[in-house]
This record gives sequence, structure tokens and C-alpha cells, in this order.
Amino acid sequence: MTVTETETENALRELTYLGAVNEALDQIMAQDPDVFCAGEDVGANGGVFGTFGGLQAKYGEMRSVDTPISEQAIIGLGIGAAVAGLRPVVDLMFMDFILVAMDQIANQAAKLKYMFGGKTSLPMTITTNAGAGLSAAAQHSQSLEAMLCHVPGLKVVMPSTAHDAKGLLVASIRDDNPVIYAKHKRLFGAKGPCPEDLFEVPLGVANTTRPGSDVTIVTYGRMVGESLKAASTLSGEGVEVEVIDLRTLQPMDSEAILASVKRTHRCVVVHEAVRFAGLGAEIAAQIQEEAFDYIDAPVGRVAAPFSPVPFSPGLEGAYVPDAKRIADGVRAAVARG
Amino acid sequence: MEITNEVLKDLHHRMIRIRFFEEAAGRLFENSEMPGFIHLYVGEEAVAAGVCAALRPDDQIGSTHRGHGHLVAKGGDLHKMMAELMGKEDGYCNGKGGSMHICDLDLNMLGANGIVGAGAPIAVGAAFANKYRGNDTVAVVFFGDGATNIGAFHEAANMAAALKLPAVFVCENNEYGEYTPRHKTMAIDDVVDRAAGYGMPGVMVDGMDAVAVYEATTQAVARARAGHGPSFIEAKTYRYYNHHGVQIMGFKYRTDEEVDMWKARDCIDTMEANMLANGVMSQAEIDAVRGEVQAIVDDAVEFGRNSPYPHVDTMLDDVYTVGAN
Repeated sequence: MTVTETETENALRELTYLGAVNEALDQIMAQDPDVFCAGEDVGANGGVFGTFGGLQAKYGEMRSVDTPISEQAIIGLGIGAAVAGLRPVVDLMFMDFILVAMDQIANQAAKLKYMFGGKTSLPMTITTNAGAGLSAAAQHSQSLEAMLCHVPGLKVVMPSTAHDAKGLLVASIRDDNPVIYAKHKRLFGAKGPCPEDLFEVPLGVANTTRPGSDVTIVTYGRMVGESLKAASTLSGEGVEVEVIDLRTLQPMDSEAILASVKRTHRCVVVHEAVRFAGLGAEIAAQIQEEAFDYIDAPVGRVAAPFSPVPFSPGLEGAYVPDAKRIADGVRAAVARG
Repeated sequence: MEITNEVLKDLHHRMIRIRFFEEAAGRLFENSEMPGFIHLYVGEEAVAAGVCAALRPDDQIGSTHRGHGHLVAKGGDLHKMMAELMGKEDGYCNGKGGSMHICDLDLNMLGANGIVGAGAPIAVGAAFANKYRGNDTVAVVFFGDGATNIGAFHEAANMAAALKLPAVFVCENNEYGEYTPRHKTMAIDDVVDRAAGYGMPGVMVDGMDAVAVYEATTQAVARARAGHGPSFIEAKTYRYYNHHGVQIMGFKYRTDEEVDMWKARDCIDTMEANMLANGVMSQAEIDAVRGEVQAIVDDAVEFGRNSPYPHVDTMLDDVYTVGAN
């Protein structure tokens, strides 16, 4: 667990991942009157997952806004309000719904500052919920981070723990750029130590969640936990795995990846998104460009197959990478060379 | 509503500024001195002038791909505009935006927009910020008839009404979506009919009459300032040049007779004739305004020509805001 400067006096206690998100929103809204939340079911009902619970009762209808089911207008609301000087948190219930709003996200939010010659900033956070594992089928289960990372002007954050869920959200809201903050739906109830007071986990800084000397796993989101399980298994086989949690995907902490790979000489990238043109491809390319002489084996990828997310639990279970598949991927990387 | 001579002169001045700027921009475009796309506002001046004359400096406007006229009417700097259209360093956006992204946030002009309808949700966001702050500032949403067929516009209009935001929706109905006549793309004759579906009051005005646009906007803005929510104005108008460029398209999508019919009702000619007839301005005074604006436009063209192109080292500037807020 990386401890940032701001949390040295900050008492840790157990909190769920979703509780940490809610606490971050509550505390930052108390501190900054320019922060408001808006989205479908966000206000009176506190969000369908409870993310925004209690905020409207405490901060009123203008700061915890129920919107129509209008993803384009929800993002536009955030853009216009941000240009006008507020610090909006706009919610898209599922990451899949980002596609409905992609013009406002990719053509508008991402580019306004650049197109306007730098004459504005866009302090907007888009919160959303990614990932499979709830039999929510192909339109409510996707991990679409790669296509977002491909758009200059956006930042992309995917927290893996309660601690990071809080600290990264605070940093996202305080950032003056459009940030997509994607929680993983299967982590909502996961408990972990989390500082009580407001604190930031800086964007763009990866976290080495487990040190190791033989092979590096680069991952993020829910796959961090699965990778740590795999690392534990592999340790019993005499393979010491270093696990890097990227936390922020755009900007990516390439330095942390390269420094680790230069020590371990092997790397496997793990993500829940489909393998083809996923972040694993980008990371593998960076490693061969910047650390070609250091690596002893091809960079491996453990990711979802190239298909929509299936509905039926058995199919979905086979689709999403798990600790066993990750361990197999690492064994393959270690066996080479 | 009593319209003072000062208002009439102001409307005229705004229209002349738009017309002369756009005619000069069109010539530069045809001479290949202006890269990219250009969507000229000539013919529609009465709408931007009438709307913006009814606004305060702190009121925001959201614009469209045909946005030069909106910025000029809001008080835009013609030199910075011309330089931006030419892709030069001294332009409003340092040559990063061009015609379709021209903006002046100091004037609360939130930017032209290259995506039809996409400016509407953003302007509604500005209206939300006004209500959030509890001030009486109003956001105007400019859009064309074609934009009312796109989802983002519908979402924005509905949300503005549902949240009772201080917004004024101004439809510039120029009867063509690019090169396709409006009657082929919607089954209603008047776009303002859509206002009822949002629960907004709607009014139709002659978009060739700046005074009529000014009066309708004044009422809609007063309603928004008073906290009664958004209104919808349809201004029926016409673009003299093509959707893109001046006359470069090789196909005939409208008749000369139709164009001449609208030009016979030209917003500037009509207003000047009325002002002369009513003794508001003399011909000498009108000529003086025209001469003064033309001199500024000519100077703006030279300013744009003389401005350097942005250095290639600036390419990666302003992709992100760097540093703490």
C-alpha cells in the first residue's frame, strides 16, 4: 500500500470500495461548493448502486441532480458547467453507456481546451461502472478503457481497492481535465483499509502492490486482486511475481513499468478488456521500444477473448480472466528463453 | 415593445460587421488564403444581431458550425477572428481551432462546434451553472433546423425544460440541412412545433427582421432571468451562400429564383430603407458606418495575413491542463 504524504496523520479503517467512493464525494462536496453530482437516479435514490447515497439529503437538489436518461446531455451538462467554472461529477450508470455519449466525451470534452487554444480548462469527472461478472450481459459488462485511452485530452482511472477508490476519486475531481473514473462492479463490497480524512492518490502514478524478482505483472482494476492470488500460488512454485497496479491508465506510468521489467526481464499484462488492441498491446509495444535489450521472453497477455461478454454464468466465468489463467500466462512467460 | 433609435443603430451595426467580415472571409477562402472548411453566415445576420443585442455581456451563447456571425454579434475581435480562420498564431485559438471552433470565453461565447447539435448540451450546462450559482445570467443555444433532428439536441432541450434552466433556444431555420431541403428531413412545416413537446413556450419570428428577433429574444431572456425556464424561438432565415464555402458546389440544389426571393428581403437592405424612411439614420451616416466597418475588416485581413503560422513546437501545447488547479 502506497502511503502518500497527505495521509501520514490520516487514520486507516476498514471500508468497502463503494463506501470509500461515497465518502470521497461527501467530503469533497463539503469542502468545495463548486462540486456537484448529476446523472440518472443519482439524486433522490443515491444512484442505483448507492454511490451517491445521502448526498442529496445533505447537499440539496442542485448539488445532487436527477437527470433524464440522456447520456449526451448528462456529459454536456458537465462540460458546460465546467467551462462556466464549476467542478462537475457526472455519472454514466454503466461503462457501456459511454458509447451513447461518445461525441460529447471524445469530440467535445477531450478537445475543447486544445481547439480553443488553451483558453479554458475542463475540470469534469465522469464516474461510471465497468466490468463483467454479474451476468449483466453484453451491454452492461464491458471494459472500454482502451478506446478512451486512445483519445488525447482524456484521463482514465480504474481503482482496485477502497483506498485507491477514495484517493483517486478526490484527485480526479480536483484535476482540471476531463477524467473518466471507472469503478469495477464486482469490487463494490470489497473491504480494505482506507484513510478517514480527505486525501489524494495522484493520477498517473502506479502502485507496486507486490514486489518480486522473476516476472512483472502489469494490471489494474479487479484484475489486481486476481493477479495477487496468482502471484501467491506462483510463489509456492518458486516464481516471485512483481504486481504493478497502474491505477491510472491515461496518463500511464510507463516509467514504473519499464523500471520493473528491466529488473525482472519478463512481463505479463493482465486485463479484463478484450485482448485485441487492448492496453496490453500498448504496454508490450512500449516495452519492446524502450527495454528491448532487457527482456528475456515475449510480453504475455492475459485478457478476455475477442467476443461480446456472454450472459450465462458458465460462459461469463470462462470469459473473464482469473487467477488460474493469470498463473498459466506467467508460467508461459517464465518458461521462455 | 418600444424600440429606441439606439437599438436600431446597434442592430444595424452588428449586421454590417457580420456581413462585411463574412464577405471578406469568403473572398479569402476562394483565393485559397483560408484553409479547411468555411460555413458563411451571410443572409442570416438579423438572427445573431437581434439575439445578441438583447443579451448582457455575462450571458452565454453556444454556437454552431456556422458560428462566425454569433461571435461577431457578441462583440468578437475581427482581427483575432480573421487570423484564426487563416490558421495563424494570433488567432483566437492560436490556430488550433479554425472556423468551426472559434470562441471567446471572455465574451461568454462558448465556441462554434463542428458537430451538428453538439453545442446544445454544452450551452445547457452553462445554463445549469447559472442556476447553480443563483445568478440571473442566461445561456442562449443557437442551432439550425437540421440540428433539431439529432439526438443531442433533443436531450438538451428536454433536460433544460425538465430542470427549468435559464436558457433560450434559438433555431436558425435556413430551410436546408447542408444541401437537402428541410421538407425532406422533417414532416412538420414549422420547427417551433417541437417546442410544445418540451413544454417550452415557442414563438416564430421573421429571421430577416432583426427587430423582430430582438423583441422575441428580449421576452424569452426576461422569462429565463425570472426563473421561469427555457423558451424556443424559430427564426426563419436563409443562407445566401452554400452550406460550405461560397459557390463551389457543382450541383444545383436550389433555384436562382428562390435565392433572389430571399435576397429581395435582405435584412440589412430592409433595415436601412426603414431607418432612412423614418429618419433614424441619414444615407451619409449609413455610409459612414459601412466605411468604418469595412476599414476594420480590411485591417483584420491584413492582420491575419501578417500573423505568423503557429510554430510546430506548439503542436502539443494545451492537450491537457497541467498542474494543480
